[in-house]
Amino acid sequence: MKNLYLIAFLDLKESIRAKWFLVYSLVFGGLIALFFIAGVTESQVMGFSGLSRLLLMYIQITIVILPIFILITTVRSISGDRDNHILEYMLSFPISLKQYYWGKILGRFVTVYLPVLFAMIVAIIYGSIKGASIPWDIFFLYTGLLFAMSSVFLGIAFFISSFVKSSEVALGIAFFIWILLLAFIDIAMISLMMSQRFNEELIIFIAMINPMEIFRVAAISLFDPELTVMGPVAFYILDLMSQTTFVVLSILYPVSLGILFSFLGFKIFQKRDLV
Amino acid sequence: MIKVNNLTKKFGEHISLDNINCEFKKNDYIALMGANGAGKTTLIRSILGYYHPDNGGVLINGLDPIKERVKVLENISFVPQLPPPIKLSISELMQYVSVGANVDKQKIIHYANEMKLDIKTNMNKSFFKLSGGMKQKLLIAISLAKQNNIIIYDEPTANLDPKARDDFYRLLKQNEDEKVLLFVTHRLEEVEQIVNRQIYMDLGKIVSDEVIS
Repeated sequence: MKNLYLIAFLDLKESIRAKWFLVYSLVFGGLIALFFIAGVTESQVMGFSGLSRLLLMYIQITIVILPIFILITTVRSISGDRDNHILEYMLSFPISLKQYYWGKILGRFVTVYLPVLFAMIVAIIYGSIKGASIPWDIFFLYTGLLFAMSSVFLGIAFFISSFVKSSEVALGIAFFIWILLLAFIDIAMISLMMSQRFNEELIIFIAMINPMEIFRVAAISLFDPELTVMGPVAFYILDLMSQTTFVVLSILYPVSLGILFSFLGFKIFQKRDLV
Repeated sequence: MIKVNNLTKKFGEHISLDNINCEFKKNDYIALMGANGAGKTTLIRSILGYYHPDNGGVLINGLDPIKERVKVLENISFVPQLPPPIKLSISELMQYVSVGANVDKQKIIHYANEMKLDIKTNMNKSFFKLSGGMKQKLLIAISLAKQNNIIIYDEPTANLDPKARDDFYRLLKQNEDEKVLLFVTHRLEEVEQIVNRQIYMDLGKIVSDEVIS
């Protein structure tokens, strides 16, 4: 285990020094700062106000940009090391492939998860200083959602990284997956299917297997489930099952998917030529 | 120590190693030579367990380097052709080597000093920001500090100036006893004081394997 923690620790240190990490932290920290400056906590739209509204806006933007951030920064972790011969040298030491691969995942998970969580904690602290009431239920739900979101996209990124030979191709695939989940399945396909009057079970099934749609619905599920606010798919899903069941599903499903993709990535990493 | 049996490795249609058979025993100091694309680096990478062979295999002290990579790599020191752009600082790289391969950091510093590389003042500097020569010296220092009985060098002197090359060969001479030293090189005259066997490869085959005095 010491080698796994060593690799995770060194990957974390290396990532923290990287420019992408600075941009990444500034984007999410900056979002929170921007919301406070813009007076989001003082405004009231559709019944959302104070820190609840701020956190809701934060998670809705995060659902869109966090996946692409994770994918493009992580997808090159193994394929990039293979490309520039770092893997050839680092794996010449008696470290098992299991320790190397899972150590990298652990290190990268901490790197991508902590800044988004930290930005939310800062919002809670600053909000409480300003005297706003703290929506703990929303805070804990979003902590879980961010964890699940980081897990699933990290898993997908490592899966891609394990079989792609060039980091340029890895980037292309990552971008395609993001567009597919965000725009095609979530917006274009669902809208098209609804306008074409496709079977509603099919539409809901496609929506439910898309982790980004799951996050979107879960993020709003603690609020009053009104059709006008949530959209038809979210409304249907929350009508189909209890809110608690859906929240548990929205965390367990993406985490399981993330573990599955990570595991598949490891199997490919183990079975293919290393360099 | 190293036994290569009927080893074939293909990349697509290209045969990089074509039914290679050879054995390297203790006190074999080998110059592995051949034109570009002859299969030298593929052979080395197969010995290190990086490639899954299409046929045959490699045994290091009776162990398969793919299935038993940790045990096998405990006995091998390796320096690649070009130092990779590792983003870790020198102290982090030393930590990786010291924890991962049980190498004494003081020994790395000792051999770095022998190579005229002052690493104590550069500990927090990223490895990839060092000059080509400094990187190569550090990798050589690590390989010597690892004190293994199989040493594999893939053209390690490419970035070294003549003085550093002399230091390197002097240290190698001091550390080669009871070992296997596999040296990929294009310049036999540089290593002829060290090696006692010369293997020449071409088009994925061993075309000559002779003992030299």
